[in-house]
Amino acid sequence: MKFLNDDERPVRRRRAQVISRRFDRIFTELHNIASFIGRFFKEVFLPPYEFKEIIRQCFEIGVKSLPLISLTGFIIGIVFMNQSRPSLAEFGATSWLPSLVSLAIVRALAPLVTALIGAGRIGSMIGAELGSMKVTEQIEAMEVSATNPFKFLVVSRVLATTFMIPALMMYTMLVALLGAFLNVNANEGTSFTTYFTQVFDAITFLDIFSSVIKSALFGFTIGVVGCYKGYHSSKGTEGVGKAANSSVVTAMFLVFIEELLSLQVITALRYL
Amino acid sequence: MKETQPVIDRSNCVINIRGLEKSFGDLDVLRGVDLDLYKGENLVVLGKSGTGKSVLIKIISGLLKPDTGTVNVLGQEVPKLKGRELDQLRLKIGFSFQNSALYDSMTIRKNLEFPLVRNRRDMTRGEVDRMVEVVLDAVGLSQTINQMPSELSGGQRKRIGIARTLILQPEIMLYDEPTAGLDPITCIDINNLINEVQSRFHTSSIIITHDLTCAKDVGDRVVMLLDGQFQRQGTFDEVFDTPDERVKLFHDYNFIN
Ligand SMILES: Nc1ncnc2c1ncn2[C@@H]1O[C@H](COP(=O)(O)OP(=O)(O)O)[C@@H](O)[C@H]1O
Ligand SMILES: [Mg+2]
Repeated sequence: MKFLNDDERPVRRRRAQVISRRFDRIFTELHNIASFIGRFFKEVFLPPYEFKEIIRQCFEIGVKSLPLISLTGFIIGIVFMNQSRPSLAEFGATSWLPSLVSLAIVRALAPLVTALIGAGRIGSMIGAELGSMKVTEQIEAMEVSATNPFKFLVVSRVLATTFMIPALMMYTMLVALLGAFLNVNANEGTSFTTYFTQVFDAITFLDIFSSVIKSALFGFTIGVVGCYKGYHSSKGTEGVGKAANSSVVTAMFLVFIEELLSLQVITALRYL
Repeated sequence: MKETQPVIDRSNCVINIRGLEKSFGDLDVLRGVDLDLYKGENLVVLGKSGTGKSVLIKIISGLLKPDTGTVNVLGQEVPKLKGRELDQLRLKIGFSFQNSALYDSMTIRKNLEFPLVRNRRDMTRGEVDRMVEVVLDAVGLSQTINQMPSELSGGQRKRIGIARTLILQPEIMLYDEPTAGLDPITCIDINNLINEVQSRFHTSSIIITHDLTCAKDVGDRVVMLLDGQFQRQGTFDEVFDTPDERVKLFHDYNFIN
């Protein structure tokens, strides 16, 4: 057994303290997020329902993301098709391009790209908006005028992201497939019908269904993280910036984790 | 000075607080506050920043829970209220926030009608519009109705914030630092508005401030919050007629600035 000498001991203890404090913080944060989600599920089913606000948020979150999503989806379709071509050409298998690309787009690219753009645009928007409302006491103002701010602000936004990210994902899917078609049409002269017949032969109902469910999970994550960070942002204007920033970082991180986990689940389902 | 003498009913206590204590972690903010607010009265709470003035009125409106003590507002024990009961009481309390707390994403009209359309679902569109006009007129800002909060000056935002609380015709008004961050002329305007609200809407008010001009102009009674307790109370002159160094310092510091 080794004994610590006198000046070594306090350093070790201090390091242990720092680490344990950091763990404390992480677990407190996790606990807070869990109870935030718990509160969401409690309040989402209780009247009054904020239909008008939900619709307004769907518009803000969904419709206003369309330009960015359209551009990104389209370019991804073109680029992915272009980059896949040389490898298949080596085997003289360029006729497989539509099947390959459609699988990649439907199973992985469309959900992931939509979620990442959503985390960037929508996550930061929600984080900053709720953060500034918190800092300038607008949330408390709502509470004293007998409106439940959690329901009005949080529930409506989380529902909107949960519905809109899957919808946007389907749209990204279409646009990306269209972009890929333009590329394959220009290079291989594949016709529209041939292309889409091949695409729909390659993908199954499970592919689309699992992408939709996955996207709903991504949307829920983006909404919850943005709202949580904004709702609990610290006082002062730098609190707003921090809320927006950490909304994006945390949401993206979680999206990747969820992507990995859902990959396992979906693969297991596929070979059931 | 007030144009009309306020009608104060000293037999009717709308807010009654006894032994109120509140701390955040190791920080003891309120250490046994006793307070009575009489009907029709403007009570000024003076204190340096960070002494817990905002905490006090947030406890009164149920935004924060006290550690110990009783907080009785309009006959109801606030910390014990929940859900609908608390909401019902809150409709009778107007809260004017320190930085106005106007909803940035809504026009002035939407800001003003927000408390109404959410709580008075029986009112028609026309009735709501008329109430909006009445309170906007009361604060003298009818022309701003379609503007966004970001287009207004600090003083205008304060007025709209006050108008938004008036729209529910509250019995009690809580003003958190109504003149903080405003120029002296605008301060006088706000002080006059507070007095006008008192005489026109017959409200009982607590005005939180560290601005002595404001305290002198609007207060029927002044109390001073020092070290978590009310140390002095009375009229403005009575409060400052004391050998207590801390009170003197507060007075001198204010008027030098
Ligand atoms: N929700 C809270 N959590 C922790 N500390 C708080 C909270 N609200 C206020 N405080 C602390 O209580 C003290 C009094 O705050 P406040 O009532 O806002 O002061 P003021 O008299 O300037 O209005 C401050 O030190 C503040 O940091
Ligand atoms: Mg304050």
